[in-house]
Amino acid sequence: MKSMMIILLSAMLTDNFVLSKFMGICPFLGVSKKLDSASGMGIAVTFVMICATAVTYPIHHGLLVPNGLEYFDTVVFILVIALFVQLVETALKKTIPSLYKSLGVYLPLITTNCAVLGVTVLNIDNGYSFIQSLVNALGAGLGFMLALVIFSGVRRKLEYADIPETFKGVPATLIAASIVSVSFMGFSGLFN
Amino acid sequence: MTYLIPVIILGVCGLLAAVLLTVAAKVFYVEVDERVEKISSSLPQANCGACGFAGCADYADAIVNNGAPTNLCRPGGADAAGKIAEILGTAAAEVVPMTAVVHCNGNCEATQTAFEFDGVQSCKAVKRFYGGNGLCKYGCIGLGDCAAVCERDAIVIRNGLAVVLPELCGACGQCAEACPNKLISIRPKTSKVDVLCSSGANGKQTKLSCKNGCIGCKICEKKCPVGAITVNDNHASIDYTKCTGCGACADACPAKAIHKN
Repeated sequence: MKSMMIILLSAMLTDNFVLSKFMGICPFLGVSKKLDSASGMGIAVTFVMICATAVTYPIHHGLLVPNGLEYFDTVVFILVIALFVQLVETALKKTIPSLYKSLGVYLPLITTNCAVLGVTVLNIDNGYSFIQSLVNALGAGLGFMLALVIFSGVRRKLEYADIPETFKGVPATLIAASIVSVSFMGFSGLFN
Repeated sequence: MTYLIPVIILGVCGLLAAVLLTVAAKVFYVEVDERVEKISSSLPQANCGACGFAGCADYADAIVNNGAPTNLCRPGGADAAGKIAEILGTAAAEVVPMTAVVHCNGNCEATQTAFEFDGVQSCKAVKRFYGGNGLCKYGCIGLGDCAAVCERDAIVIRNGLAVVLPELCGACGQCAEACPNKLISIRPKTSKVDVLCSSGANGKQTKLSCKNGCIGCKICEKKCPVGAITVNDNHASIDYTKCTGCGACADACPAKAIHKN
């Protein structure tokens, strides 16, 4: 149980995918303008991460390893991720059209979100068990959501800040992102 | 066999995914008004945003569901409006063909650069560097930010000056967005008269920096029989809803800043 908590919290905080590993920067910058779309994106990514892990783990260990096809990981994993992104997309379109609209192009872009592929690959690389992998995916997803939600708050403040003309827009956003990232460095050393 | 197994595995995975997605598409099927798709496909698919919506599909949706006007598509013009009206079964709304105009005539003969700019060769970059490298800070910088965004190649840089080719222009307004000096505006294609200066400096300063500049003398204001031309911010501007295209202002302009087409 203790090791599960450590995996969960380290995936969320110390090894935050966005702020420490710098994966998934595109949606991090693209969807963090509003709190509701940020949390919606976080939930969607978490869902895709967990589902993708739940499927890729048995595929890797049951199908690819026995046939000596470990090199095939990336291709099959991307296929699985794309499948779940499509599922989320069609489901969202039906159930929450407003969220579907506000996520826009970033929803299909989860497919190529390296954070998702990163989770599935790292689960294999770290030699996690099935349960551990799921916990890691959950932690990574929650960490992604946490980063997006925190950053949406930062960006709201940024809207009202008096920024020099040259820095307005993307440059100021990137600087703010780096400061948030530095603050997450404070978590390192939390677990041994 | 070594080559066959990966192919089979990937094929089976893909097939399973396809089946799942087909089922999901059936379960989560959202009914879309077929008119939306028809209208969307009859639009030019330039996704330029001139209509004020986020793209052709969004505009089509707004027409059907929110009753948006059918004559907003500038690149499509009367063609698109006619097709939309046909699909909706209503009378075609009138479409005034529009074109973009660059309100500057500061070509290489009329004005010079104040200094050489060695940085990134784009108008935006030059503009940020002491307000631009031209003698006139309001005029065309001539590095073609507008030409770069134009999807129809309707803007060319001629003699250091951006020139719109009305026959190619779709009036989407992206050039107007891109110009850091906001020199480009969209006006009806049929209009005969243009003020080719946007200088905000006073008459003397304008004359010193450019031979073709508007000095803000207000003679055109007095000559205009319909009150369509006004001098604001040291240069004349034309209200195209009133202008009849008589050309009295152009004839009277001492600085030759107003042109008849």
